[in-house]
Amino acid sequence: MAQVSLPADHAAEHEQTSTGLSNRKLLMWSFLGSECLFFGTLISTYLVYRNHSLVGPLPQNVFDIPYTSVSAFVLLMSSLTMVLALAAIQHGNVRQMRVWLLATALLGTVFVSGQVYEFTGFVRDGLSLQKNLFGTTFFVLTGFHGAHVTVGVIMLFSIFLNSFRGKVTQKDSLTVELAGLYWHFVDVVWIVIFTVVYLLPY
Amino acid sequence: MATAERAVYAAQPSHPGSRHYGGIWSWVFTVDHKKIGILYGVTAFVFFMMGGLEALLVRSQLAVPNNTVVTGDAYNELFTMHATTMVFLALMPMSVAFFNIVVPLQIGARDVAFPRLNAFSYWVFLCGGLLINSSFIFGGAPDAGWFGYANLTELPYNHVTHGIDFWILGLQVLGVASMAGAFNFLVTIVNMRAPGMSFMRMPLFTWMTLVTSILLMLAFPVITVALIELMFDRFVGTNFFNPTAGADPILWQHFFWLFGHPEVYILILPAMGIVSDVLPTFSRKPLFGYPVVAYSGVAIGFMAWGVWAHHMFSTGLGPVADSVFSITTMLIAVPTGIKIFNWIGTMVGGSLRFSTPMLFAIGFIAMFVIGGLSGVMLASPPADWVENDTYFVVAHIHYVLFGGTMFGLFAGIYYWFPKVTGRMLDEKFGKIHFWLTMIGMNVTFFVQHMVGLDGMPRRIYTYPSGMGWDLPNLISTIGAFILAASVLVFLYNFASSVRWGTIAGNDPWDGRTLEWTIPSPPPEYNFKKIPIVHARDPFWEQKYPSAGGGHAIPAIAGAAHDAEESGEEEHIHIPDPSIYPFFAAVGFALTMAGLLVSSAPLTAGITTGIMIAPGASLPSWLSVVGLLTMLWGIYGWAFEPVSGY
Amino acid sequence: MVLRVRSPKILSPAIIIALATTAVSLTGCAATDPMNALQPLGEVARMEVNLFNLIFAIAVVVFVFVEGLLIYAVVRYRQRPNDGMPHQTHGHTTLEIIWTVIPAAILIALAVPTVTTIASATAIPTGPDVINVKVVGHQWWWEFDYPGLGVVTSDELHIPTGARVELDVESADVIHSFWVPQLGGKVQAIPNQHNHSWIEADQAGTYHGQCYQLCGSSHANMRFIVVAQSKADFDKWVQDQKSVPAKPTDPEALKGYQIFTTNACVGCHTIEGTPAQAKIGPNLTHIGSHLTLAGATLQNNPNDLALWLHDPPGVKPGSIMPNLHLTNDQIQALSAYLESLK
Repeated sequence: MAQVSLPADHAAEHEQTSTGLSNRKLLMWSFLGSECLFFGTLISTYLVYRNHSLVGPLPQNVFDIPYTSVSAFVLLMSSLTMVLALAAIQHGNVRQMRVWLLATALLGTVFVSGQVYEFTGFVRDGLSLQKNLFGTTFFVLTGFHGAHVTVGVIMLFSIFLNSFRGKVTQKDSLTVELAGLYWHFVDVVWIVIFTVVYLLPY
Repeated sequence: MATAERAVYAAQPSHPGSRHYGGIWSWVFTVDHKKIGILYGVTAFVFFMMGGLEALLVRSQLAVPNNTVVTGDAYNELFTMHATTMVFLALMPMSVAFFNIVVPLQIGARDVAFPRLNAFSYWVFLCGGLLINSSFIFGGAPDAGWFGYANLTELPYNHVTHGIDFWILGLQVLGVASMAGAFNFLVTIVNMRAPGMSFMRMPLFTWMTLVTSILLMLAFPVITVALIELMFDRFVGTNFFNPTAGADPILWQHFFWLFGHPEVYILILPAMGIVSDVLPTFSRKPLFGYPVVAYSGVAIGFMAWGVWAHHMFSTGLGPVADSVFSITTMLIAVPTGIKIFNWIGTMVGGSLRFSTPMLFAIGFIAMFVIGGLSGVMLASPPADWVENDTYFVVAHIHYVLFGGTMFGLFAGIYYWFPKVTGRMLDEKFGKIHFWLTMIGMNVTFFVQHMVGLDGMPRRIYTYPSGMGWDLPNLISTIGAFILAASVLVFLYNFASSVRWGTIAGNDPWDGRTLEWTIPSPPPEYNFKKIPIVHARDPFWEQKYPSAGGGHAIPAIAGAAHDAEESGEEEHIHIPDPSIYPFFAAVGFALTMAGLLVSSAPLTAGITTGIMIAPGASLPSWLSVVGLLTMLWGIYGWAFEPVSGY
Repeated sequence: MVLRVRSPKILSPAIIIALATTAVSLTGCAATDPMNALQPLGEVARMEVNLFNLIFAIAVVVFVFVEGLLIYAVVRYRQRPNDGMPHQTHGHTTLEIIWTVIPAAILIALAVPTVTTIASATAIPTGPDVINVKVVGHQWWWEFDYPGLGVVTSDELHIPTGARVELDVESADVIHSFWVPQLGGKVQAIPNQHNHSWIEADQAGTYHGQCYQLCGSSHANMRFIVVAQSKADFDKWVQDQKSVPAKPTDPEALKGYQIFTTNACVGCHTIEGTPAQAKIGPNLTHIGSHLTLAGATLQNNPNDLALWLHDPPGVKPGSIMPNLHLTNDQIQALSAYLESLK
């Protein structure tokens, strides 16, 4: 008689906490706080090495801002669909939630695929991890971000699939909320990366 | 240990459908914070002895000039592993042992917020420690110092052995363990306090655990990224720290110390918390200036982020940066000093009993004052230019980490051993242990201040005669062996007291806080009824209501359980043990270890991997196995039936 | 408040420890120790040590005060048989303020000379009287170039007494740290970065320096000396260093010359006036005039030179100069040649 649950909090139904916040929500927020430092360090590395590459290709040689703007927009829209998914399940509407969750996951997949396409293009243009500091810092930063998006997509698909087994109901909306928190965070990080890496003048 | 186990199992009713493992498996699959704490403590102490052995070899080599006990390369491995082991495998996990055993008891909780995550943290820690130490058998241990400065750690300068690769992966594994633990304790302390226990009523040890957990979760991502970048440089050929590609090796120093300085506060705050709990108990007075001590810990937590470059005064930061970091470093001495005065204030006017925990707590203050003052001497760049990278710094670190943290941890061991095992550690041997440690510590490290100012550099495997360094080094080595003897005394005391120590009872010290209200060892569910807290030092208020000075501090936070107020019998829910955290942890560690197994050469004929299975055609088969195990573990964990009793 | 005369048993061992520690530590710092940093013999070292002494003095006062308080508390308030419940004091706001403000004030007071000394120490001297030296750290030896004077040497830094010497410190490989304890000037040698420092020696003499940042297998063996001499002697030294040695006439030295120029040696070393012009290892043009060898770990005499030539990695673990398996005859000849390069 299995139930779906993220790490152990068996007394979830009658959980009383000192702050009134659920333990899992506090965990997610703490985790996201530490992730700020994680991405902050990667972004700092990129910033420190901006304009330090000894050889090209350089950002101006490979970036296609309109293209990346579209994919950034796609990711932004996925946050909207995520919000709608949460709203749906909070109102008990599992079907609606499924629709919006799937949309979110698909948009996330489009984003990552877009990045794969974009990066293979860069590699063809001669920019690799080992080529210069730009390649090194760019690919590691965006690569880790893409990995985080991918993990998020997998989480969303898991919830989506579980909803067909009746395991995601109105009282499980916390699970969707936590996934949402993670998803929005990953989106915010992209906004910062997009600004710092693609938009700042170089 | 057997006593504790028996008591725990005596309390368990068996329920149909609940999981139960016997013998050693009950330890492997436990999710009980008390058992996990014991696992942490014992493992950490074993690693402590390994680190101590490494230190003895180091000191033996330095006892006389031009010595040949070990080669220069072996020496570099020894001091690197000594520091790495002591910091990451001994001091930190020992503190975590106390977080585990003590914090839930002090806040009136039945366990931590995420028991399986707790178990996961322990097994990841053990695997990480084994991974790093396995480097000794697989070609050679890391040899670039515990701080691994680039670009000495880059392939062109470090490719003869794979010690650095073990170091990188091992630390990343350990980082995951530390962070998982930090999240757990953060949520536990914030969210699972007994009704009526506001933040300002928490024992100081719990307070310091909270600050330490926040520091941990914010500091480790920084070093994780730095290690990832170094890993990419070595495994993939990127150039994060390679000057030939235009990169800046100083960036590593910035990242390392951005992590490293909060890390030293992570190392000292728990011990300060222990001392803040021990002193009041053995002075029969409340902690003097409790809010100030608590807030100064928080202040230290904040200020810890603004001082990192004081480890880099010789790197040519420039006069402005030097001055700024000098000032921030001096300022952080203020909250630290405040604590010391408040501790002394606790003792003044009290009725002091010099049991062993108290001896170590007082010793902590005495030693930490010295370490703190040498720290102030290091805070001023011009003075630092005289002291940096000499044995003066070695003296400073050991006064604060041994005289500070280790003394605090020993105080904690003697203080809480009765609670965990139900028996007392022997007082006579405790005092012998204490005095041998005090003598040994000072003989070993005090002269190092002098020899450092006499110009002796750090991390040298030998030195010529005629520098005036011969006698101090010999003295220091003798001190190290005195310390070794002190550890033996402790081990004897520990082993014999676990079996034959005097029975302790609930409250052997006439304690002040909640952990002393329950039996020793505690039943698996800790509290029969979750207590309602009305004041700081709740047990003391209960025992001596007329002692006076009991502040009725209004509880701002704390959800009230209607069940308790109405006196109803509480439904006690204890989570079942689980196999998944163990396998997820082992799987994760194997995934990382597998990155070391590869037959694929990197560039210019330099292999990144070691050939455990010569001729293996599939690179990283170990990682694949590890990854599958980990995914199975996580999947099982996520979908495990919610069960318990 | 009466202080009991009979102190608790805890105190006697503590006193013994304190006295023993102090006695034993006084062995640590003889005035004649060659790298005693507390014996400054130059401007930079002096300003650093002066500040150090100030902070140390304050630290000693604080130490005596705080440890004294601790001892007082331990002695005065130990449990006695008739003790009742001690007064449950929770704190004292005024005290808190006092012991926050006073330490802060002391530290701010220390910050002032700190900042001014930083400014003086980092004010790199410029001008016609300043000697400019480029210091390059290598694994595991120090290269010293005098760009203005056309001199290249290693492990032995000559400077005129009383002159300010500006150091442009860099590394050819990993991070090292350059320091002469009695003259000052500690700064890291970082690849691709130019760190500036300066030193000055008041009196003539030989000063010892070393690498202070872990840099690999022979970090312990990366030493050097600073020779401070009168202006006249220094000028003569410069002239000698700039001179190009003639081909040796002594038969043994000539044999050595031939061995040197037809073997692996030319792949790493420079000797002006010969085909050897490589810059991987130290410049050996005037090696005969050096006081020390091999990162100042050996003396410059035939015995030690033979020891080195016989097996460099044996002397300096990890040495990039390999064991060339030279015969004793070859070593003798090379020795004669190299010693002739004054």
